[in-house]
Amino acid sequence: MHLVVLEGEDRLRKISYEVIGAALALGEDVAAVAVGKDAGKLAAEASQLGVSQVLTVDGPEVTSYAPRAWVRAVQAAVTATGATLVLLGATSQGKEVAARLAGRLKAGLAADVTAISKDDGGWVYRRPVYAGKAFAEVRLTSPVGIATLRPNAFSAAKPAASAASIEALAVSFEPGDTDGHSTGYEVGAGGQVELTEAEIIVSGGRGLKGPENFHLIEELAKELGAAVGASRAVVDAGWRPHAEQVGQTGKTVSPALYIACGISGAVQHMAGMSSSKLIVAINKDPEAPIFQAADYGVVGDASEVLPAMTEAVRQLRA
Amino acid sequence: MQILVLVKQVPDTATRIKIDADGKDIQRDGLTWVLNPYDEYAVEEALLLKELHGGTVTVLTLGPAKADEALRSALAMGADEAVRVDGQPADALQAGWALAQAAKALAPDLILCGKQAVDDDQAEVGVLVAEFLNLPQVTVAVSLSVDPAAHSGQAKREVEGGVQQIAFSLPAVVTAQKGLNEPRYPSLPGIMKAKRKEITVQAADLGIAAGVELVRLTPPAPRKAGTLLKDLPGADAGRELIRLLHEDAKAI
Ligand SMILES: Cc1cc2nc3c(=O)[nH]c(=O)nc-3n(C[C@H](O)[C@H](O)[C@H](O)COP(=O)(O)OP(=O)(O)OC[C@H]3O[C@@H](n4cnc5c(N)ncnc54)[C@H](O)[C@@H]3O)c2cc1C
Ligand SMILES: Nc1ncnc2c1ncn2[C@@H]1O[C@H](COP(=O)(O)O)[C@@H](O)[C@H]1O
Repeated sequence: MHLVVLEGEDRLRKISYEVIGAALALGEDVAAVAVGKDAGKLAAEASQLGVSQVLTVDGPEVTSYAPRAWVRAVQAAVTATGATLVLLGATSQGKEVAARLAGRLKAGLAADVTAISKDDGGWVYRRPVYAGKAFAEVRLTSPVGIATLRPNAFSAAKPAASAASIEALAVSFEPGDTDGHSTGYEVGAGGQVELTEAEIIVSGGRGLKGPENFHLIEELAKELGAAVGASRAVVDAGWRPHAEQVGQTGKTVSPALYIACGISGAVQHMAGMSSSKLIVAINKDPEAPIFQAADYGVVGDASEVLPAMTEAVRQLRA
Repeated sequence: MQILVLVKQVPDTATRIKIDADGKDIQRDGLTWVLNPYDEYAVEEALLLKELHGGTVTVLTLGPAKADEALRSALAMGADEAVRVDGQPADALQAGWALAQAAKALAPDLILCGKQAVDDDQAEVGVLVAEFLNLPQVTVAVSLSVDPAAHSGQAKREVEGGVQQIAFSLPAVVTAQKGLNEPRYPSLPGIMKAKRKEITVQAADLGIAAGVELVRLTPPAPRKAGTLLKDLPGADAGRELIRLLHEDAKAI
């Protein structure tokens, strides 16, 4: 049995569809666990996706997010299902729950996995290391293994013919489980589409010359239904909010299409976007490192290329 | 306040990585080694908290003798004491375990570390230390304040779409993200003092089974050469690019 830890508020996040999809692709029965005040809603949604069982954990200890309480709940679900592999999204929540669970179960953890394959020795998890300049292929050797999966790297689960049973799981929390809990939330200044979930991202860097020119990025993004991203240089300069930063200190993204405009392609930027399926670069310097990663490139001035792209997409959509 | 900072020596992100012929490790010679950049934020935060509340800042690393350089970088920034646990962990579990055992002996009020080490990029070890010591945790912190008298702290952490506020009690483990502060540059006297400073070395307790086995390291798959549009007027190139993305790549 494999166990998927669900994530979402009100609705299941896209990453949970992907983690269920990846778990089902491993060919064993899959159980899922939803924790928190919206556990019921998340479980109902997940029960339609081909899993064989969904567990919910609710109660005062998990009304607001607390990593230790979440770990206690997932630990109980591992015991209840006898799962030998626990899969989570490599999200801000999934990463810390997974790491803590690894300590609790003395389990091996493969973090930020982008592919899973099988060889004679069993499952092999592929994960980027050294800021994406190499990949480590690892095996999990502990009785229970844990992996976090990079968003947009695995195919989402599809609605199944029959629905799984949903069952509430009683968990005995311990003092301290809610120590380190969320007391509030400030909504970021990011755009409408969450970067890590976006299918298309249009990113701008210092080559845009100033914050006043980012409307060129925003207009193309709007026409494409894309999210807006940024390099650290323009975030540090205060041109764009930190929520838009792509890279090692920002977000790791894997969209179907990543369009980098006026971005040189520093290692730390590439660490956040090199697993994108298709990379497009617009840069006036033909020697810019970003072109080495690009499937399509334009050597040119962003202020001329971008408006023509926006207009061409508009015509395409008309 | 006793503040402990976990620091790791890593290859500078900008250096080229070459993989050994057997695929089990990288070629370690000829690399530029640095204090993990996220650990710099952790050291800086420790120094700021010490300036505010008093106390001592101890830096702790697990690694070979060469890792003393990372400790010296932290000492040069202003850390008071440095400890190296000598050993070669096979995976994060062993690293977290060994660091937790060493940390326990120091009985800190706060443990700071980086959000991730930029070599293995796991974002795991700090949280493991928190679990093994049964302490609360805050990861990817972008702001932190503590009240040592009340044994409590508040932090903000970066999450998708915003910032989460966290309340916790001390002692705790906090992992540092960019934005927490601006690390200071070591002063010349600081560097001189750090050179002479005694580093305490002790053997690592690796008494836990590893859970991850490396099969091999591989370079990223080579991308096939892209299509480059140059020497076209900007507007023509833009139109042509969209045509290619639509008709060739079927991406839009
Ligand atoms: C620890 C650490 C973490 C980091 N994390 C991140 C991170 O998360 N994300 C990140 O992005 N960076 C990160 N960086 C910074 C990174 O090293 C680079 O400094 C940064 O990515 C550069 O941003 P840029 O490409 O916008 O600017 P530049 O490197 O200045 O590049 C600007 C580009 O624009 C081109 N250009 C100029 N004018 C035009 C024009 N008119 N039209 C088209 N192109 C033009 C130039 O040819 C150039 O290639 C990190 C660095 C460190 C040390
Ligand atoms: N060998 C080590 N010695 C000291 N601290 C470490 C070591 N490995 C990891 N850490 C700490 O744990 C953080 C996360 O590392 P990682 O889980 O490897 O990405 C780092 O930023 C360090 O603060």
